[in-house]
Amino acid sequence: MSPSFLVLQLLNGLSLAALYFMVASGFSLIFGLMRVANLSHGALYLISGYIGLTVVRSTGSFLLGLGAAVIAAVLLNILIKEGFLRFVRSRELSQVLLTIGLAFITGDLCLAIWGGVPTLIPIPSPLQGAMNLGLIAYPRYRLLLILIGASVAVALWLLLERTRWGAVIRAGVDDPEMVSALGIDIERVFLGVFVLAAILAGVAGVLGGALLGLYPGGDSDILLISLVVVIVGGLGSLQGALVGSLLAGFLEAIGKSMLPELAYFILFAPMVIILAFRPQGLVGRR
Amino acid sequence: MRRGHGMGFMLFMVVIALAIGCAPAGGPSGGARGPIRIGVLAPASGAFAANGQDMVRGWELWWKQHGNRVAGREVQWFHEDTASNPDVTLNKARLLVEQRGVHMLVGPLAANEGLAVAGYIKGTNVPFFMPVVSADDLTQRQRSPNILRVAGWTSSQVHHPFGEWACKQGYKTIVTLSYDFAFGHEVTGGFVNTYTDAGCKVLEQLWNPINEQDFSPYLTRIQALKPDAVFVAQSGAPAIRFFQAWAQFGLKDKIPLLANETLVDQHVLRGLQNPDIVVGIISAGHYAEGRESPATQEFVKAYMEAYGDIPSYYAAAMYTAAQWLTQAIEAVQGNVEDQKAFLDAIRKVELKDSPFGPEKLDEYGNPILNVYIRRVERRPDGRVWNVVLETIPNVSQFWKWDPEEYLKRPVYSRDYQPGFNPKK
Amino acid sequence: MSIRWRKRAGIALALLAGAAIPYVAPPVYVNLASEILIFGLLAMSIDLLLGYTGLVPLGHAAIFGVAAYVVAYLNARMGLSHTVAIPAGILGALIVSGVFGLLAVRTAGLYFMLITLAEGMLVWGLAYRWTSVTGSENGIGGITRPEFLILPWQFYYAVLVLFAVCAWMLHRIAHSPFGLTLRGIRDNEARMPMLGYNVTLHKFLAFLISGGFAGIAGAAYALYNRFVSPATVEFARSAEGVLMVILGGSGTLIGALLGSGLILLTRNVISLYTDRWLIVMGTLFVLVILFMPDGLLRGLERGVHRLRVAVSHLRFLGSLLRPIRSPTTAKEPAGEVPVPTRHETP
Repeated sequence: MSPSFLVLQLLNGLSLAALYFMVASGFSLIFGLMRVANLSHGALYLISGYIGLTVVRSTGSFLLGLGAAVIAAVLLNILIKEGFLRFVRSRELSQVLLTIGLAFITGDLCLAIWGGVPTLIPIPSPLQGAMNLGLIAYPRYRLLLILIGASVAVALWLLLERTRWGAVIRAGVDDPEMVSALGIDIERVFLGVFVLAAILAGVAGVLGGALLGLYPGGDSDILLISLVVVIVGGLGSLQGALVGSLLAGFLEAIGKSMLPELAYFILFAPMVIILAFRPQGLVGRR
Repeated sequence: MRRGHGMGFMLFMVVIALAIGCAPAGGPSGGARGPIRIGVLAPASGAFAANGQDMVRGWELWWKQHGNRVAGREVQWFHEDTASNPDVTLNKARLLVEQRGVHMLVGPLAANEGLAVAGYIKGTNVPFFMPVVSADDLTQRQRSPNILRVAGWTSSQVHHPFGEWACKQGYKTIVTLSYDFAFGHEVTGGFVNTYTDAGCKVLEQLWNPINEQDFSPYLTRIQALKPDAVFVAQSGAPAIRFFQAWAQFGLKDKIPLLANETLVDQHVLRGLQNPDIVVGIISAGHYAEGRESPATQEFVKAYMEAYGDIPSYYAAAMYTAAQWLTQAIEAVQGNVEDQKAFLDAIRKVELKDSPFGPEKLDEYGNPILNVYIRRVERRPDGRVWNVVLETIPNVSQFWKWDPEEYLKRPVYSRDYQPGFNPKK
Repeated sequence: MSIRWRKRAGIALALLAGAAIPYVAPPVYVNLASEILIFGLLAMSIDLLLGYTGLVPLGHAAIFGVAAYVVAYLNARMGLSHTVAIPAGILGALIVSGVFGLLAVRTAGLYFMLITLAEGMLVWGLAYRWTSVTGSENGIGGITRPEFLILPWQFYYAVLVLFAVCAWMLHRIAHSPFGLTLRGIRDNEARMPMLGYNVTLHKFLAFLISGGFAGIAGAAYALYNRFVSPATVEFARSAEGVLMVILGGSGTLIGALLGSGLILLTRNVISLYTDRWLIVMGTLFVLVILFMPDGLLRGLERGVHRLRVAVSHLRFLGSLLRPIRSPTTAKEPAGEVPVPTRHETP
């Protein structure tokens, strides 16, 4: 195996991991802090991608599309939280049914509004094509994706580790009652986390819409991967989501090129093994 | 301790009874010469909703153009949503046959939907026509007298001539990259079979899962193998993902791409915001929307006027099927109640021309048709479509082999790709 | 009439209503009723884990599907008789659930959901990939039924009896000492080992039993549908099974049938009227959660109770002279509130 082949597959894995991380970290934060398995997170990704597509098409600007997608995602997620989830607080099964119901509605609305033709969001022309990296040439758009993914990871880390707000979130993940007892308005923190998760999902919707395309079922595909990422890494932890994303990305890229015979199993077989031996995920705590 | 939930159970039964009571009961009407009732199965929800919509539109267009009448009888058709799910498809087929009393069924889309219905239809005399489902065996080893592939095709049929053609073009070595499921196996098996018979060599076969997220690992592998060309079989969402990766890795001008029919069908081309990626791609198909023939061009024009899109093969198949049925119904003077005579008439139909070109059924119930070697070109309006480079007429599902000999071989599968030995 | 007798009368009435369906409904809907019962049985098997053990399995369609595939393969491909194929199918489901259970029982909560999901995805991958046995996307068709089960009504009665027997068995299991231990695990897993229970073994046994019933449902499905394909084992099916349980009310067993009915009727009947039936289904989910937070069964029971109370109020109004009794004698619905557990050795 040549070194250039390895570098290529490494980058392939990283660019996928970057996308997975943006979707999964939001899901993980919400779960970690509020114990809400928000299964409408994939639908949020899809509909903001579609809204981004419409804006990109009509204005020709990728950045405007991103902005519109983020705004839409934030509004929608606040609606989901304040309009629905507050009725089912701390009832996990009800949350599952409720958020799946919302996901069905959102997904089907997307089909009704945008039709079911699988569609790629156009990439701005400076980002098209490949960039020469010396050893290999690699797509510019994917390099940017890796860059964005890394920046998001760093920014989230700084936010959670270096700010007061982050300290509250971390404390909330460990012990929500304690945080409330300290006189902190935990509700506002919850809202903040929902907004943060929505921003990430909105950005991912447009970036993913240009990489993987928008299509009916795209919501459940990305949700499934987010679940894998979050669980394998360990719930509610940023490091866990990062480790999980990298693992999933590398399995998709390197695993599939080395063991093409097992492509159907490459993601899920390791997951079974990991969870069978480490029931709390790779980075998770009990 | 005994705690039953009899009350709830009883209530449930009431709910069921109500649901059944409210259910539509079309029921066959008593009159001998009422309208001709046709059941149309196509997805309107789920992953294949867009393809299903094309099917219904193609079908609807023909009947609109012909005033919903044939041989003096009104035509009533009922479209039911298969939900892209074989169980629902089967329920809907039963409903159409038993409740709506349809004289025949047309559709559905996916192979598993078609096969689920076929099992039920074999036990009845109801004619069942499949313009889209292309699973080889339905008109080969598992054929049935009342299941005919009117205006349809088998997956491998179109790609038999393509393999031979590709070898003759001087692409001496090839790598295939296909869907890892029956459709991909059959398409690729057909191609590989004739390609290697003609003396060319398959370097490697790559198979991706049907829900493939990212094609870059495969493209990296293909680059490393340095083939003369690559044969790719995909459709739907994976197809556009493939093109995304193909363009981003800058392989467009490096490796010639030979596409299966669905990879560059309009249902995929429509979703590409930047069609430059696909211009120039060579493929094989039993449909070429850019074919210079009145039958095709009038259909494309009418369809675009009605719906705005260039029609995909799904639309063309249903339109052509309606044309086929119309001819047969006229031949039996509208007497579709005589199922045997009607099926005979269907078998005798010869379409002089259609959106697909001239077609007629072989003895096994599959069309003998034109295969077009096509190239994607840009139209004056900025959209792209497939134009004909070469026409290979009268292609049967058995290509040049003797049908009986052919049927003794297994159906193409991942383990049966004649001419390619994975161990090398 | 005592509560017990009222329940018995209710069951008898329900069975009678079930038995009447072929007389009042056309064959298509009799078929659909069979399908609802079969998926209701699958959902009940899930409820044993979900409602009684507190584990949410997201891969049960795979176990169900293995039974269906084994029956299909032995019957349609190898031409073996039903007396061989059906037990072999159920055995296959038991073996698979044994393996899945072994791998999964150490996990809890979301991790359990995810490991079972992954196990299900492996079976789904195998259904696509192992073409020589499963036929990949094309599936296995041509499954036969025994002579006496060919017509819709014949098959329906068989499924109805099967369902009733399985419901009774599951009910007995859930309310045996073993079932009480499971509920103890659900309510406080950490406490059970201190009380001398082998939690892992109990979870494993629950998984195995649940898998066995899922297998019975799968074998019935193979004969019902006569066609098995990867769509039978896909993730959406597993998730649907869980949704059926939550919709009907977890921990009620029979509520699963309500969930199964709601989902299958929406998909097969509402879709006759609108292509947007998924929006209808999603809205129904949301409404059920908002207005009947503990599921359809308990919600409807409560509705009936309120009706009865209202009627009795009217009666009391009619005879104002009599002293008024408090009509609120019904027990509170259990919901997801833990039921007080009794500890009996299994």
